[in-house]
Amino acid sequence: MKARVTVTLKNGVLDPQGKAIESALHSLGIDGVASVRQGKVFDIVLDSSDKAAAEAALKQAGEKLLANTVIENYKVELLD
Amino acid sequence: MKSAVITFPGSNREQDVVKALAQATGKAPAAVWHADHDLPQGTDLVVLPGGFSYGDYLRCGAIAGRAPIMDAVRAHAARGGLVLGICNGFQILVESGLLPGILMRNADLRFVCRMQHLLVERNDTAFTSAYQAGQVVKVCIAHGEGNYIADDQTIARLEGEGRVAFRYCDAQGQRGGASNPNGSIHDIAGIYSDNLRVLGMMPHPENLIDSLVGGIDGRGLFASLGKAA
Repeated sequence: MKARVTVTLKNGVLDPQGKAIESALHSLGIDGVASVRQGKVFDIVLDSSDKAAAEAALKQAGEKLLANTVIENYKVELLD
Repeated sequence: MKSAVITFPGSNREQDVVKALAQATGKAPAAVWHADHDLPQGTDLVVLPGGFSYGDYLRCGAIAGRAPIMDAVRAHAARGGLVLGICNGFQILVESGLLPGILMRNADLRFVCRMQHLLVERNDTAFTSAYQAGQVVKVCIAHGEGNYIADDQTIARLEGEGRVAFRYCDAQGQRGGASNPNGSIHDIAGIYSDNLRVLGMMPHPENLIDSLVGGIDGRGLFASLGKAA
């Protein structure tokens, strides 16, 4: 089973990297960009095909390692 | 004082800490590998040195914070044992849950490597008894992710409980502006745990122990530890 965990910064957490990307987009002349926040994507392949078990394992992964929940949120998606 | 210095893959300041501790205590610390499960019997102080553990993959200190030895370090801290995390060691302490908050990218996105003055907030802890409260010391900094933040409640608790160990300042002890190298909230350079036995700090006192290389203001921290146990 394939899954994707997306980690994003919580609202209100300053993101200097996102800001730098935002101003680079502006200087490239790409119009209409109001703001950029940078995050991370983890594509994970699981051994099991049990959806509930996979979700539980990925939630643990998000909680314990993939995200630092002081500043980040994570979202788990099962892809097939 | 029995001390142990933990080496993770990518640590690079462990020998500097060994030198500083040996100079202050007359005894070389034990070298402990990250994959070990136990600290040497009777360890008083554990040091997590600076460097780039696991190449700063995922987040600085994130993977080292979950290394096998960290369970033993958490148990040591829970017993009231002394723990010092310097630079990447500080990042490992916040990632492992031993200290609150987190160290973000420097506000200007630049790696900063320079001499830096610090204000010693209090001298009634095991780490600072050889300094004066309010003393300005000159050490050095070298980091890309030293911008300390935490939620408002945590900052209020740290300030209220006197858990800020060091603040960035200039040579006169003035805070703010260019004397803050990374955007840290309240100019925080180092913090204590609630029992004042765990200290995490971004600056490198272990590199200012010899007048040949810029000064000896870092000696006080290791001298304090030498007296503490």
